[in-house]
Amino acid sequence: MNQILLAVVGTIFLAIFAIAFGLILSGIDRRIVARMQARVGPPLLQPFTDVQKLLAKQSIIPANAIPCLFNTMPIVALASAITILLYLPFGSFAPVLGEFGDVILILYLLTIPSLALIIGGFASGSPYATIGAQREMVSMIAYELPLTIAVIAIVWRLMIAGIHEPFSILTLMQNPVWSVVGPLGIIALFILLVMMAWVLPGELSKIPFDSPEAETELAGGILVEYSGRNLGLFMLSQAVKMVAISTFGIILLLPWNLSQFFGISGIIAWITDTIIFALKVLFVMTVSVTIIRTTMARFRITQIVGLYWLVLGGLGAIAMILMMVDAFFCEMI
Amino acid sequence: MKLTTSFNRSLWVFHFNSGSCNGCDIEIVASLTPRYDPERFGVKLVGSPRHADVLLVTGPVTNQMVDRLQRIYAQMPEPKIVMVVGTCAQSGGVFSTSYNLAGPVDQIISVDVYVPGCAPRPEAIIQGVVTAIAKFERLHGSAKQ
Repeated sequence: MNQILLAVVGTIFLAIFAIAFGLILSGIDRRIVARMQARVGPPLLQPFTDVQKLLAKQSIIPANAIPCLFNTMPIVALASAITILLYLPFGSFAPVLGEFGDVILILYLLTIPSLALIIGGFASGSPYATIGAQREMVSMIAYELPLTIAVIAIVWRLMIAGIHEPFSILTLMQNPVWSVVGPLGIIALFILLVMMAWVLPGELSKIPFDSPEAETELAGGILVEYSGRNLGLFMLSQAVKMVAISTFGIILLLPWNLSQFFGISGIIAWITDTIIFALKVLFVMTVSVTIIRTTMARFRITQIVGLYWLVLGGLGAIAMILMMVDAFFCEMI
Repeated sequence: MKLTTSFNRSLWVFHFNSGSCNGCDIEIVASLTPRYDPERFGVKLVGSPRHADVLLVTGPVTNQMVDRLQRIYAQMPEPKIVMVVGTCAQSGGVFSTSYNLAGPVDQIISVDVYVPGCAPRPEAIIQGVVTAIAKFERLHGSAKQ
């Protein structure tokens, strides 16, 4: 009973934290983009204002839409994005539902906000939204391959090193993969880092992978028929998903906490770890979303598939081979 | 409909060309450049009328565009504001006697803000957006009473 209460309180707290953090992150992202384009840019709290305005506006349900699906999908997207966070540790805070899930579960959960978006797009009964939903499906299929390769390569290496329960999130957090591998493995991990940096904008459908939403050709794509509260909920779910996917990347490839190095404990350790974690998320977002989105133009959908499957998939295969050779040498010695 | 002050700081604009010569449209693009940077005040150009708060119309309304203009206007969620940019949208301008013209914009849909000029300067367009914000504030004030 006590555990259930703890989980409920943790979920509510986490939801508020993730929404606020995600919206501030997107505010920072817009600000940095503006500075890179020699503009002043919107205030940091602009996304809050946008969402507040959208929640006050009228929500139109188009005549062609399927109302039940059209209205539930924004809620499903937000709820599933928050659910991912229940399995992820923040700084040195243990995950709320840590003992029930592992990396494979998170891989599946990460697809659900996109699936909700796709169903919502198909349910809105607009040709633009239908094309957008089809493109979102294709790009989902495309980015899943490098993401899965990265996860499997890291977890397999931990397993070979004799670490118990390699699929558990806590194991990944406590045994940074960088300290397990040899020199060849370090090269492989750098390749995986590059792959993850390219998976992130695809997962969030940001430029150059925003062809599902393509403002200029599809007039907003999947979201074309959404207005008011529903659009605001989708914006919130995007913000939460931004936190979730970058936390996942951090756990896989940048899992260090400062408190372990300096041997501090108690509340100070919690605070430093949380700050370092926030800085890591900010760094990941800046490098793999903001800079990429400012410097590049949109890819065609064929180019997205080509990039993810051929280029990044090929890099992933190389990284896996390097990892195997590394594991072979490490076990020999 | 409850209006909040967030409308003043987050105005999303949908641009609709109802038969303009493209002069005003170029000026609208110019007013979005880093020199003026309306995103500082939360003003953003969106791709879908469903997301928009302001419908920005340029040009006189040709016979072909009457139906489209009315449909776009109906597709926007409340509360919404219509802003016309340019002399042609206001009165027909040099095209006013043309055979294929249905008339200026305010004969088709109700207009809140007029920005005159052929073509208006970006400063004038931004002034128009500020007037639109003032209109939202007035709506807000009347909603409170």
